[in-house]
Amino acid sequence: MHGSGIPIWFFIGVLLLVYGGMAFGYGIYEWQTGSYPPLVQLTELHTPVWWGGVLALLGLFYVVKFRPGRAGK
Amino acid sequence: MFGLVPASHAAGSFGFLPALLAFSTEPLAHLRLLDIFVIAIYFVMVIWIGFYLKGRSNTSEEFFMAGREMTAWIAGLSFVSANLGSLELMGWAGSAYQYGILATHWYWIGAIPAMLFLGLVMMPFYYVSKTHSVPGYLDLRYGGGARTVAAFSFAIEMILMSGVNMFAMAVVMKVVLGWDITFSILVSSVAVALYVGLGGLRSAIFNEVLQFVLIWGGALLVPILGLVQTGGVGGLKKQIMTNMQSMTGVHGDSYFHMWRDTGSFAANPMGVHWTGIVFGLGFVISFGYWTTDFLVVQRVLAAHNLRAARMAPIIGSFFKMAVPFIVILPGLLGLVLLQNPDGSRRQLVGEDVVAACTVSPASGQVDNSSACSAAMAKTTLPAAYQQKVLAGEPDAELHSYNQALPLMMVRYLGPGLLGLGITALIAGFMSGMAGNVSAFSTVWTYDIYKPLINKKGTDSHYVLVGRLSILIGVAVSIGAAYLVMHAHGIMDYVQALFSIFIAPLLAVILFGMFWKRATAPAGFIGLLTGIVFSASLFMWVKLNPAALASVALSPDAKPMAENVFRALWAFLFTFVVVVVVSLLTKPRPVAELDGLVYGATKLPKEEPVPFYKNEYMWAIVVVALFAALNIIFW
Repeated sequence: MHGSGIPIWFFIGVLLLVYGGMAFGYGIYEWQTGSYPPLVQLTELHTPVWWGGVLALLGLFYVVKFRPGRAGK
Repeated sequence: MFGLVPASHAAGSFGFLPALLAFSTEPLAHLRLLDIFVIAIYFVMVIWIGFYLKGRSNTSEEFFMAGREMTAWIAGLSFVSANLGSLELMGWAGSAYQYGILATHWYWIGAIPAMLFLGLVMMPFYYVSKTHSVPGYLDLRYGGGARTVAAFSFAIEMILMSGVNMFAMAVVMKVVLGWDITFSILVSSVAVALYVGLGGLRSAIFNEVLQFVLIWGGALLVPILGLVQTGGVGGLKKQIMTNMQSMTGVHGDSYFHMWRDTGSFAANPMGVHWTGIVFGLGFVISFGYWTTDFLVVQRVLAAHNLRAARMAPIIGSFFKMAVPFIVILPGLLGLVLLQNPDGSRRQLVGEDVVAACTVSPASGQVDNSSACSAAMAKTTLPAAYQQKVLAGEPDAELHSYNQALPLMMVRYLGPGLLGLGITALIAGFMSGMAGNVSAFSTVWTYDIYKPLINKKGTDSHYVLVGRLSILIGVAVSIGAAYLVMHAHGIMDYVQALFSIFIAPLLAVILFGMFWKRATAPAGFIGLLTGIVFSASLFMWVKLNPAALASVALSPDAKPMAENVFRALWAFLFTFVVVVVVSLLTKPRPVAELDGLVYGATKLPKEEPVPFYKNEYMWAIVVVALFAALNIIFW
């Protein structure tokens, strides 16, 4: 986004960071307690942990790169 | 938003929605608190964005055109996202379940050539003319007559589409989550009215980009985990072949070929011919949608310079080519992975079967067992399972093709991630509504209110009219949503509006841009008679289904073929009318066509850029990828 103001990428970063963090945190809890949802398949892959982690890292990258006050593209 | 109607919604029908509602007794998914938080955060974020952007939407240029300051990436993502609604995702996943990768045509040949043509050839005229809308271009090129016809058609279509979208969202939320219909309609419409009414097009574009990211974040896991479970693409192919052979006796090989079996209508499950795919879908429908539908073109017009406007559709085309990975692949995976509660393989069925087997809430039994039995007899459902359905056994559920994607999401996504997947669906619906409402507001204000009602308003007056038209548009959409809920047949006609309008519009715009001789009366008469001709073809098949064989030129044609052939004939009809009327009437002097017509326009010289920023270089990459994909999946 050109001009002044917060870039859209920053909003996206925040959302990914929050969502990724929530999924990651829940995945860790699930892994530790072994309380997996009964109808969900492939729980042994611990999807919320790695997918949540990927989303959170991507979000963090965007938040830092496009934080308000820093000139972004 | 419903531009390219999924094959499973053949002949433009979204009649499946009430059918879903009728059968469903138990929601597909149960959300946990974490999922509710995920959804709530999304709503808070989009409304906050609306409030935040209000301060940057004070002038008409800011409110209606997002200040024309979008980068190529934002305009490109928004451009492709405006078409990536939840009904498309669910519908095309269902089509892939039914027809295999033939459904991919609607993402590749049905989009990519047109997107490149828009970016490289047409965009300069839209952009240089500084028009605010597609009817606005018609006004500059042909005068008020063609503009008025196009503006009213767009405005009515947009607002009714928004209502259908709203109703569709409410039905899907009811089926998937068990949410109350009125609750879903009110929450979504208030959110859309707030964020578009406050932030205008900029807010709609922001949220479309947000939605695009959410869709990938929420849906990408399904094909990844599905492929893990089938043992990769090879395993998936092998299992589909085995299943199809045992189920229907037909070799499942045609599920993996896009072109090989399109030599005759009867040789492929979709009942289409390659001529219809290439000329009807690949040219008329696709070019009509991607180059003249104001909903998508508006996103590119908001780019900050001509190069960005040309790059935006090219960037969008890369993502468009990738979408089958999260739509078509889950449909194919559903074919081998979905299971009934007893562990047997789940077979999805058509909406007509689901509707015929409606369960009475009071008795828990099928309402009309003979109709249900007759409908199931046409499917490949095992006899024992059919008996269970008729007996109303709780674990004998019928699900339609369009539920393939939500069923796959429920299969793999636990708390948190399921919320993300559902949020992606909600975001898809809401950005669809927002797109329709923001386009309606622009067309209403610039192409109807300003030229026909009040020519002398101030800039702030038109912004106010735009804001009010968003509120009124949302209110009318709510009315339309309840109207289709109580009179389902109307939905067919609403869906058809788009396909009726698009082909004549394409012919008129192409002549307008590339033929200096095309005259104002030709534009007006061509558009008007083309719409009447297209509507007549639609009504002919509607009233007499046997006429499909005449429209599609084959007794083996299926309803999907009607859309593409109707569009083709309507285009050719308008083509002839525009040529004949132009030759009989006086053309405008060439000097007046500067900025509007090829050959009469001096395009601004673009600054040289490194090769990796050059739009032609990236277009060549897209063409190479497009060709390679079609050859690989031939």
